[in-house]
Amino acid sequence: MISGAEIVVRCLQEEKVDCVFGYPGGSVLHIYDALFKQDQVKHILVRHEQAAVHAADAFSRSSQKVGVALVTSGPGVTNTVTGIATAYMDSIPMVVLTGQVPSFYIGQDAFQECDTVGITRPCVKHNFLVKDVKDLALTIKKAFHIAATGRPGPVVVDIPKDITAQMCEFEYPKSIQMRSYNPVVKGHLGQIKKAVQILQEAKRPIIYTGGGVILSDAAQKLTELAHKLNFPVTNTLMGLGGYPATDKQFVGMLGMHGTFEANNAMHYSDVILAIGARFDDRVIGNPEHFEEEKRKVIHIDIDPSSISKRVKVDVPIVGNVNDVLEEILKLMDSGFKANPEVANWWKQIDEWRGRDSLRYKQAEHIMPQYVIEKLYEVTGGDAFITSDVGQHQMFAAQYYKFDKPRRWINSGGLGTMGVGLPYGMGVLMAHPGAQVACVTGEGSIQMCIQELSTCKQYGFPIKIINLNNGMLGMVRQWQEMFYSKRYSQSYVTSLPDFVKLAEAYGHVGMKIERPEDVEPALRKAFTEHKNDLVFMDFIIDPGANVFPMVAAGKGLTEMILAEDL
Amino acid sequence: MRHIISILIENESGALSRVAGLFSARGYNIESLTVAPTEDPSLSRMTILTWGSDEVLEQITKQLNKLIDVVKVVDLSEAAHVERELMLIKVRATGKDREEMKRMADIFRGRIIDVTESTYVIELTGAGSKLDSFISGIDAGLILETVRTGVCGIGRGDRILKV
Ligand SMILES: Cc1cc2nc3c(=O)[nH]c(=O)nc-3n(C[C@H](O)[C@H](O)[C@H](O)COP(=O)(O)OP(=O)(O)OC[C@H]3O[C@@H](n4cnc5c(N)ncnc54)[C@H](O)[C@@H]3O)c2cc1C
Ligand SMILES: Cc1ncc(C[n+]2csc(CCOP(=O)(O)OP(=O)(O)O)c2C)c(N)n1
Ligand SMILES: [Mg+2]
Repeated sequence: MISGAEIVVRCLQEEKVDCVFGYPGGSVLHIYDALFKQDQVKHILVRHEQAAVHAADAFSRSSQKVGVALVTSGPGVTNTVTGIATAYMDSIPMVVLTGQVPSFYIGQDAFQECDTVGITRPCVKHNFLVKDVKDLALTIKKAFHIAATGRPGPVVVDIPKDITAQMCEFEYPKSIQMRSYNPVVKGHLGQIKKAVQILQEAKRPIIYTGGGVILSDAAQKLTELAHKLNFPVTNTLMGLGGYPATDKQFVGMLGMHGTFEANNAMHYSDVILAIGARFDDRVIGNPEHFEEEKRKVIHIDIDPSSISKRVKVDVPIVGNVNDVLEEILKLMDSGFKANPEVANWWKQIDEWRGRDSLRYKQAEHIMPQYVIEKLYEVTGGDAFITSDVGQHQMFAAQYYKFDKPRRWINSGGLGTMGVGLPYGMGVLMAHPGAQVACVTGEGSIQMCIQELSTCKQYGFPIKIINLNNGMLGMVRQWQEMFYSKRYSQSYVTSLPDFVKLAEAYGHVGMKIERPEDVEPALRKAFTEHKNDLVFMDFIIDPGANVFPMVAAGKGLTEMILAEDL
Repeated sequence: MRHIISILIENESGALSRVAGLFSARGYNIESLTVAPTEDPSLSRMTILTWGSDEVLEQITKQLNKLIDVVKVVDLSEAAHVERELMLIKVRATGKDREEMKRMADIFRGRIIDVTESTYVIELTGAGSKLDSFISGIDAGLILETVRTGVCGIGRGDRILKV
């Protein structure tokens, strides 16, 4: 017989979890004691529980494994909520273990008690309160199973302190059967046949792919399929890297800040092959405008509720992207003839490409786009790029050409400022020794700045690319364009000296103010300071805006381009 | 359109709040909700009366199916079914109203299940509309209290909701 706390640790070992991000407190002390007595599961001590969850989330995003966070009850839990909601919105598998007050105190407003299951319910795939030590191992098994299968998502397991002290036999279930949870994996063959037929007839096709391709590790199959079809490919923000950005069939990201060619190709297509993408409001613009063009939509998604939610779908295919693409490829092998008119469509697309909608003007100040282009060159296009939220995020998405999946780590659905630095920590735990850059802004970085201390403790050599415009730039852009330049609360005064700040935490700081210094500074950071965390404070053009832009309520083709201004 | 959704759900604590939370979070409306364990005590059966367009109903069913505890969901109103609701209504029953109440209860095939010198408790079952018309058929001033279970329903004939 072993204690509940030991059971928790044994379960983690059985799940091959090699690291946990966490922060201790009263209700998890038994678990921390059990962690102390072994060395298979490493523990990374963060400086704020929000960062523990973000790091676990990035651990998942950058690998095929499930990230794990461990926190104490009450404030420990409430601090995790932003991180859990962030993972939930982007369908990231994760297990969060939370301490709870002893079961016999629950409901009595005990010290550091909160209704964890209630508070997290709307932002988890599922959650559990363990009421009996005999259920502990099975519950943790279920949590990992639910988190990683079907449409992935975070799962919370709330464990009262007394249960971690109780003794019980340990047996880890090898497999699990749940009558209420059986996600579909294989797509319906009849539907897949229908889809292939429509693809053959398509004159103006587009392959529109999203986070589902990344989550399903289907980048290779997608590339194979796209090459066989010779159709244009566009990615959502979450789908970047699912198809090589340097490939000639790639037309760029679509949506609010998508390229001219991607948005036009999406809008004027006659067939959309949507793969693991959910027709988000930032992607299709005004839905009425979008529906004005008649087209056929084929939609592959593991979650039936993503299908026909915002856009009516003609051929729904419920299943795992990887499996469905395999079926499509098989069917195509037995004879597929693309419509010759697709050649004209490519002519049209090349014409749209000619607008060069990502062109920008160099100025006396450093342009943020330029920093990303140089970052791409210096890292050989092969770094893990984590990002915060704002203009810098869009610049990174537009100008760093991701050729591989799981390299672009950002918060799309919730759009959480503050994720960038802890995301870097999570990536480095999954890929020790990898090149990791965190593209951020002076606003976002301050939301989890305390993690510079964690980075020191564990030697995470993240390169922080702070695109410092002295502004909440994304907010400022909207105010400039839609609120007659009334810059209400978007200007950040009293910024810290980031170089000194980095040094105070024991890291290297650099301030870069001239365009000609950008590349040398980056090279220095990635070579001489390869093993250091380098905080690179780029003082950029404060007026730089993100283009193209589809304003709220506008149609996808009604883009504002840089050249219009 | 009015829909009656029947759900088989694991009989776990918190299951009800997952369903109720889903409806409020996504802005779906619940007209009535009833729930109780089935003959298999590990399962509960829930009946929800809701309103919405076909698209909204499609989303409601898909979202309910997504809940991990939910085993099965059907929209009863899609095909032949029967539905019933139970109401207990306490009315003032004095003087000439005493006789009138008894008569009304008989017309609606209700039963008087509690009697005092001045009040009756009448039990009525039927479709919601029948209960409504009973209420509007008596003098509003005489109604002391009403309690209704909300709709529950079951498919006709071979339509069976079971695991
Ligand atoms: C400042 C800002 C600006 C933004 N601008 C843009 C923009 O211009 N363009 C843009 O695209 N986005 C933009 N976004 C992001 C946007 O809000 C959404 O997060 C994003 O568009 C959603 O991407 P997705 O459709 O790929 O869906 P995801 O959220 O990645 O969802 C994945 C889909 O795939 C399905 N899925 C998961 N796993 C599998 C599997 N194994 N098999 C099959 N299906 C699976 C899921 O059910 C889901 O439907 C912006 C965000 C921010 C913060
Ligand atoms: C936690 C949180 N609060 C508020 C916002 C709204 N918001 C989106 S972008 C942005 C500005 C970000 O500023 P900064 O990090 O400096 O990036 P920039 O846009 O200047 O590149 C704000 C406030 C958000 N996304 N997340
Ligand atoms: Mg800024």
